[in-house]
Amino acid sequence: MNKLYEKYIKTESLPTLFCPGCGNGIIQFAAANAMDELGIKDDIACVSGIGCSSWIPCYYKMDVMHTMHGRALAFAEGLKLARPDKKIMVFTGDGDCLAIGGNHLLHAASRNIDLTVIMVNNYIYGMTGGQKSPSTPKGAITKTSPFGCIDEPINGCRLVMSLGASYVARWTTAHPVQLAKSIKDGLMHRGFSFIEVLSQCPVQAGKSIYGEKDPAKIMRLYKENTYLYKEGKTRIEGKIPIGVFRNDDGAEEYIEKTEARLREQGIERTESWSVSQ
Amino acid sequence: MERRSLRKKELVLQGNEACAKGAIYAGCRFFAGYPITPSTEIIEMMSAEMQKSGGAFIQMEDEIGSACAIIGARWGGKKAMTATSGPGYTLMQEAIGFAAVTETPIVIVNVQRGGPSTGQPTLSSQQDIYQARYGSHGDYEIIVLTPSSVQEMFDFTVRAFELAEQFRTPVIVLADEVVGHMREKIAVEGGSKIIESVKHQYVVSPQADFFQGKNTMVEGQLHDEQGRRIGHLAKRSGEFINDINRKISDNTDIIASIDTYFMEDADVAIVAYGSVARPSLNAVKLARGVKDGRIASKLRIVKDLFRKGVQETLHTDYSHLKVGLVKINTVWPFPEKLLKEAAKNADIIIVPEMNVGKYFREIERVFKDKAVISMPKCGGDIHTPKEILDKILEEAGINE
Amino acid sequence: MVSITVDKACCKGCNICLAVCPKKVLVKSKKRNNYGTTMPNISKIEECVVCRMCEKLCPDGAINVEGE
Repeated sequence: MNKLYEKYIKTESLPTLFCPGCGNGIIQFAAANAMDELGIKDDIACVSGIGCSSWIPCYYKMDVMHTMHGRALAFAEGLKLARPDKKIMVFTGDGDCLAIGGNHLLHAASRNIDLTVIMVNNYIYGMTGGQKSPSTPKGAITKTSPFGCIDEPINGCRLVMSLGASYVARWTTAHPVQLAKSIKDGLMHRGFSFIEVLSQCPVQAGKSIYGEKDPAKIMRLYKENTYLYKEGKTRIEGKIPIGVFRNDDGAEEYIEKTEARLREQGIERTESWSVSQ
Repeated sequence: MERRSLRKKELVLQGNEACAKGAIYAGCRFFAGYPITPSTEIIEMMSAEMQKSGGAFIQMEDEIGSACAIIGARWGGKKAMTATSGPGYTLMQEAIGFAAVTETPIVIVNVQRGGPSTGQPTLSSQQDIYQARYGSHGDYEIIVLTPSSVQEMFDFTVRAFELAEQFRTPVIVLADEVVGHMREKIAVEGGSKIIESVKHQYVVSPQADFFQGKNTMVEGQLHDEQGRRIGHLAKRSGEFINDINRKISDNTDIIASIDTYFMEDADVAIVAYGSVARPSLNAVKLARGVKDGRIASKLRIVKDLFRKGVQETLHTDYSHLKVGLVKINTVWPFPEKLLKEAAKNADIIIVPEMNVGKYFREIERVFKDKAVISMPKCGGDIHTPKEILDKILEEAGINE
Repeated sequence: MVSITVDKACCKGCNICLAVCPKKVLVKSKKRNNYGTTMPNISKIEECVVCRMCEKLCPDGAINVEGE
């Protein structure tokens, strides 16, 4: 077994419940890598919702909350406000985050509260067996769009950027090094960090969405069909931009804003905020 | 209901304000909420008080988020509460089930209004009595307290935090618009009460708060002691469900609380909870001929009856009527033992409630040998003492 | 000295490692892992450039690369 994996994973719970070739494991490893480089595992807690991707943190040897479908961000906001001195990493999927949890995403992003959200986008509801998700491409055949998906897919990155999230990035499972660096930067960033990861689902999305069932080949498609975003660079039609879209260190974070307002008003707190009871 | 004399500070407060004060006194340091009539005063007061006291306040995007945020905050080590009303309480149900299965001690205040749906935003009801017990899916037990006065809004909120921490379970304070909005003089203690945070006495899967290096695993799926999922294992899941239910049902004696008034020799017992216990007590006092400073004496009732045209009742003396009241403070878990003991000598039991007669079914189940009479009232008005007295007279065969 | 190990208990036989290795150090074999699928074999270890892509892209943490 991998040394790093052994250090971060509850080995007694293995094997993971992910299908062979699932991208979740790669993201799990990248996040472990990021935490290891920062060396602050004990100051991080993970919160996740429901879905395949929400099982990612459940194998970590750390404080984990595996919550309700779509509500991971609400739980994480409560936890963050209770312990503003700690880092919270949220694992969520495209259905979890953009469909049922869409409202929480809007508000968490506009608050710019210090959370690191890793949205695993596999274009499908994998755990329930391959139904259409909010990010399923137009025309894709799924179990619930048998004649082709008609909905315009939701672009999570663009959505949170429009609301004021201060760190926004998109990578794929074919970019594990860049992904790990983004997670690291997201954790260190004070503000709402949103990292979308395009991740293969060879079993449920496989043929119908990527036209390919082999995980390695889907990852090659990710490399071929994406281009690195740089400010000012022209868009390439038909390809997905990846990279860091925004990294604004100047944006005010929610808890900072709260503290600043209290100071401004001359309100003295009777107890320290961050100290646990 | 009766005024306490040992307390230090006397205040005139609204029920909702007393609830917020009680929470702060009990050490609540996190409040997430969403405004909804008739509970809004609680979130308003908490928005200022939480931030001043060193806690945190957040107005969430909906009630689902509010219920989830307080669970998150509780695992972060802060005692947490939210307050809502009818439709908002419905939205919180999934989170209540989550808190029950993950054994998260949280307090949820439901200031009931008329339903279903948008229903009656400004009027009172007790229609959520079953939703409070059975609202979330699956089998779980829950603790529900029903305050009937402003003093009890304070006291029961404090008690709710105690019970939540003791049994590691969500506790519901099921108030209603009447108690939420009434103003009364109450006595409160200053400072704050220290409530022991973690007692593992009654916990099925003990988990430490976050950031203590204990690798806490909070799992919504049925889980073992380490928080690992066992939802796919039938036998162990069955044991888990039994354990999580029995930690409350087996300890009903510790949790349950009732108050009795004039029950020593009562032939007719009124069983009431929440705000309806107030007119019920007045009715009992009127029947017993007990003078009450604030409410009309027996004479006024007699005048009322006279106006109604029942002239002969003018000369009727009710003082021989042996009527008592059992006020239920913890509607769930159902205080069966206490209730059976309190009303064992009564022949007739009247259950007034501001719904179609729901809790009546529970009481009827317990007293198979007695005449249990439902006295429902829907529409938003609370029962008047006279209505209850009339019912007593009718059932006692006096006013025919 | 470079060494690559593949954990029989972790590997699920997705074959991602075979595709990502630039030097084709990891090759297909008939060996079975505990999952019941085929797991990779290590050949030509001397050609490994320690890019660690197999390690980083293994979804199950089955591969460990030791060495400089």
